[in-house]
Amino acid sequence: MQEHAIEKKTSSMMIKRGLTAGFPLVLSYIPVAIAFGVVAKQSGMSIFDITMMSVLIYAGAAQFMGVNMLNVGAGFLEIVIATFILNFRHFIMSFSFMNRLRHIKIRRKAPLTLLLTDETFAVSAIHKEEADQEKGILFYTALILSAYIAWIIGTIVGALLGDVIPEKLSESMGIALYAMFIGLLIPPVKKEIRIGLIAVFAMLLNGLFSQVVSSGWAIVLGTVIGGASGIFLIKEEEA
Amino acid sequence: MILWTVIGMSIVTMLPRLLPAFIVDRLEFRPWINRWLSAIPYAALGALVFPGILYVKEGAPLVGILGGLFALILSYLRLNIVLVVIGSIAFVYFFPG
Repeated sequence: MQEHAIEKKTSSMMIKRGLTAGFPLVLSYIPVAIAFGVVAKQSGMSIFDITMMSVLIYAGAAQFMGVNMLNVGAGFLEIVIATFILNFRHFIMSFSFMNRLRHIKIRRKAPLTLLLTDETFAVSAIHKEEADQEKGILFYTALILSAYIAWIIGTIVGALLGDVIPEKLSESMGIALYAMFIGLLIPPVKKEIRIGLIAVFAMLLNGLFSQVVSSGWAIVLGTVIGGASGIFLIKEEEA
Repeated sequence: MILWTVIGMSIVTMLPRLLPAFIVDRLEFRPWINRWLSAIPYAALGALVFPGILYVKEGAPLVGILGGLFALILSYLRLNIVLVVIGSIAFVYFFPG
């Protein structure tokens, strides 16, 4: 009985921590999702189709691209292939995340991978200690689900209400996700400067590759090859 | 039908996300591969920031660079990440031009 109470307490604590860790993500997602809803509505899509994009695809850049391509009359295959290329980076991210969550049951972690975006991955991966804690899966579930719900709600708000955010403000909000990525990166870099080197390698490689291949492949190559510097830069106990 | 295109986009997005859940458990990695995979989050963060940040404001890469530096300073000062995000939005909002 008592054990049960303790277990419940651990669970609700993990959920709370997950919601706290996910809050900056919710905050950054809402304006971006509203912008997506607005743009998609203006292109003439129905509110149902717009909402389904956020529910079924849940990948910001790909959704904006999809709306654009539909607008210019691109074909089914063309759009689907472009989406695959743009989102293939999530395969790499999911691979890294699943390696961290090795000892968690597949039926608990597999659903989370479906909602893995750049941002939910980044926040989850930076909070790596929860992976080894009791009920840690609830931390990641709360974090990832809250972001997903925010994305869907933001989309619907944008599609229904149209331009609710003044243009100058929504333009400024373009920095939000980048600020979040930087805010996630700096604390571990302060602890271990070699982590900063890994990130800088990836930046330079992405900059280089984006001159020759599409931005989707450039991010994949920058992440995979830049990450390979970690073979030499990451210490065994950090892995 | 737009919905079919959306479903097609969904499938090619979801499958690559899901696949590693089933692959990774079957494999046992050598330590160097584990180090590689642990570096992926940091590499991804780097690649997601640059060069994308240059295009925050179309045709004005300086806005993105300075906004990013501002975020860097705020997080270096150990500000909560929510404040880093809000502070950077305010910085770009009040940036002249």
